[in-house]
Amino acid sequence: MNAAINQKPSLIETVIRKRLLGKGFLVAVALLALWKLVISFLAGPTIFMQQVVNGFQLGFVYALIALGYTMVYGIVKLINFAHGDVFMVGAFASYYAISRFGLNTWPSKVLPGLPVWLSTAVGVITVILLSMVTCALIAFTIERIAYKPLRNAPRISALITAIGVSFFLEYFGALPMVFGPNFVTYQRPFPVVEWVITTSGISQLPPGVAPPDNSLIISNISLYIIIISVLLVFLLNFIVMRTRVGKAMRATAYDKPTSRLMGINVDGIISVTFAIGAALAGAAGVLYAIAFPQVYFVMGIIPGLKAFVAAVLGGIGSIPGALVGALIIGEAEVLSAAYISTPMRDAVAFSILVIVLLVRPTGIFGEPSREKA
Amino acid sequence: MLKKIPRSNLLFFGGALLIFIIVQVAISTGVLNDFWSTIIRLGGVMAIVSLGLNLIYGYNGQFSLGQWGFYAIGAYVAADITYRWSNDSEATGLSILLIGVLLVGGAIVYLRSQLGKIRGLDALSAFTMYFLATLILGAVAVYLGKLVGPAVAGVLMALPASWSMQIVFILAVLIAGAFAAEVSFLFGLPVLTLGSDYFGIATLGFTIIVKVLLDNSDTMLGFQEMKGARGMVGIPKITTWFWVFFALLIVVVVMRNLLHSSYGRAIVSVREDEIAGKAMGVDVAEYKILAFVIGSFFAGLAGGLYAHINGFLHPDTFNFIQAFNPMIVIVLGGLGSMTGTLVASFTWALLLEGVLRLILPQGFETWRFVVYPLLLLLIMLLRPSGMLGTYEVPYLRQVLPPLKAFAKKINSSKPGSGDPAPVQEATK
Repeated sequence: MNAAINQKPSLIETVIRKRLLGKGFLVAVALLALWKLVISFLAGPTIFMQQVVNGFQLGFVYALIALGYTMVYGIVKLINFAHGDVFMVGAFASYYAISRFGLNTWPSKVLPGLPVWLSTAVGVITVILLSMVTCALIAFTIERIAYKPLRNAPRISALITAIGVSFFLEYFGALPMVFGPNFVTYQRPFPVVEWVITTSGISQLPPGVAPPDNSLIISNISLYIIIISVLLVFLLNFIVMRTRVGKAMRATAYDKPTSRLMGINVDGIISVTFAIGAALAGAAGVLYAIAFPQVYFVMGIIPGLKAFVAAVLGGIGSIPGALVGALIIGEAEVLSAAYISTPMRDAVAFSILVIVLLVRPTGIFGEPSREKA
Repeated sequence: MLKKIPRSNLLFFGGALLIFIIVQVAISTGVLNDFWSTIIRLGGVMAIVSLGLNLIYGYNGQFSLGQWGFYAIGAYVAADITYRWSNDSEATGLSILLIGVLLVGGAIVYLRSQLGKIRGLDALSAFTMYFLATLILGAVAVYLGKLVGPAVAGVLMALPASWSMQIVFILAVLIAGAFAAEVSFLFGLPVLTLGSDYFGIATLGFTIIVKVLLDNSDTMLGFQEMKGARGMVGIPKITTWFWVFFALLIVVVVMRNLLHSSYGRAIVSVREDEIAGKAMGVDVAEYKILAFVIGSFFAGLAGGLYAHINGFLHPDTFNFIQAFNPMIVIVLGGLGSMTGTLVASFTWALLLEGVLRLILPQGFETWRFVVYPLLLLLIMLLRPSGMLGTYEVPYLRQVLPPLKAFAKKINSSKPGSGDPAPVQEATK
């Protein structure tokens, strides 16, 4: 008997105990994806790099939306499905500000002596700030009217309410006297400048000229998106980690009743969280519309969903997680659109999510310790 | 003899028969025109989907948004079978799917009994085995189905045309359910190990992936007749009120009896407290997957019925925004309440598809989806526990008392003290 117990475990036992079959399956899937990537890279390195740059551009926009999801989920455990539609409202707010009111040109009208780059920059920043404020106000209102009364109701009621709010924003926006049901062409607030990177160096691409073969094109849009997103992420990190409000947010996310006992205005903090998240979504709306110059009433659904996937992928409640997750999702979307097939990009994003969750159930940066933003 | 049948059963089945006859007569005599009869059938289909979801979420506590994906799978599977039969008179699709569903189902049951003996097998490894088995058996089914197809077609041809159509239809709907159930088993096995919200997101992803695949069903999957994003046309319209009602009745009775059994109590125990359930010897993973598979079977069944109502399927019907419909219905009706689900699904169909279309003045059709979310918000704010709360029709109630009553009954341990039954509600 003892001999039987002391025997070395058989092959099958080892396979079962070490979970080799499941791991092997995942490794096979990962290797397949890696192989596809390597093949694509070798087939055309510059095209591949171009896709990577495009992926970064998309990923940083997603990151801004994802931050709102991750903050709200971290603090009230609500999947705020209306967040994507707040993003849409932000894009439309900037559209009206630019096309109807010419808000981006106010510095050059008020102070004609300013250098062009400075007046453009101030104008664009004004537009972005306007969108952020609009979105923050809308989210604040939504939170007060729709979510606050349900704070103690079952979580599913709040979720259904969020879906209701999302429907409302979309179809109210689709009414002809609001945004209208059509695609609207977005007017960029600044001219597009493109640079060509070839083996011989960097040069500016004159408009209307076809880029040379085997060159990497970087436009100022990508640069602005990346710069603005990074700035906003650092600003958010500063707010959450260094200010009193941020401290209160973290405390509320950690333990609501105790925070209330410690004299934190929990409802106020939750409202502020919604507003900050929505402000980031507003900025993302402007950047997304600048990158893909078209706005329409359901434009928020898919980016909102992708951003949520990104937030979960990175570990919900974590700011760096949202950033990393968003970059992964952005890259995955662009690369799969380029090398697998365009419609499959949504499927690929979700497949990555499912696989990552199977390996790390709390996401990449999700720690069991409840350090929440 | 009659006395042996409990009064609540009599009321329930009598009421059901009455409703069936009234609606059938109204449809036959033309009191209800095509528009309204379609809406009523849609309500019945919605009730089946929502009952399935209620089993998964309301009774078993697994937050699933994948119900709509299984509904889509069921719809397309059934539609493809009947389309091929009615347009090309070929039964190869039917044979392949029938053989495949049976083989894979058998393999799953067999593997389940064998793998259950292995201790410490993780879900992902088990999934890999099932997945490989499914792939192999799928290939076998395609081979066998092509072999058997002409013979099956010959047999069906020998029958009268209306008969063979009905037989193909019934088989198609059942296959649709079984297919959805098997897909849900494969998908649920690894994914059900995730936590509640993560499970919800993964199932939402499933719905989106299914929609993407349906959008490209002609190019990527290679089913020309599904026509991808243009929508599948030419499906025979054979889902009558009888079939919808019959399926709904069976689903209600099956679910009631399931919940009445020890399986049902185990399923509910998973919702109440997983750890306590485990301590009492409930195999939590087993019952999660059981509820998930049965719920998805209902979804596939409903999808098969839905496909033959309008004779037209479009992937947009199955996008993820619509995926919240069954969730909305069960929350409106009250989670874990079968009566509530039934009432809410018919109300939902009548309100959203019927009344809101009619009461809104000309030129205000776009307001339909402005009014709908506002109604939703109002209901959620005023009655967060659903329209009927925890009310149940007596026939269904004996099964599973609502939570508080359940606890009270356990404490007082008085068996069989039935609740006084409000009579007329039984027919709803």
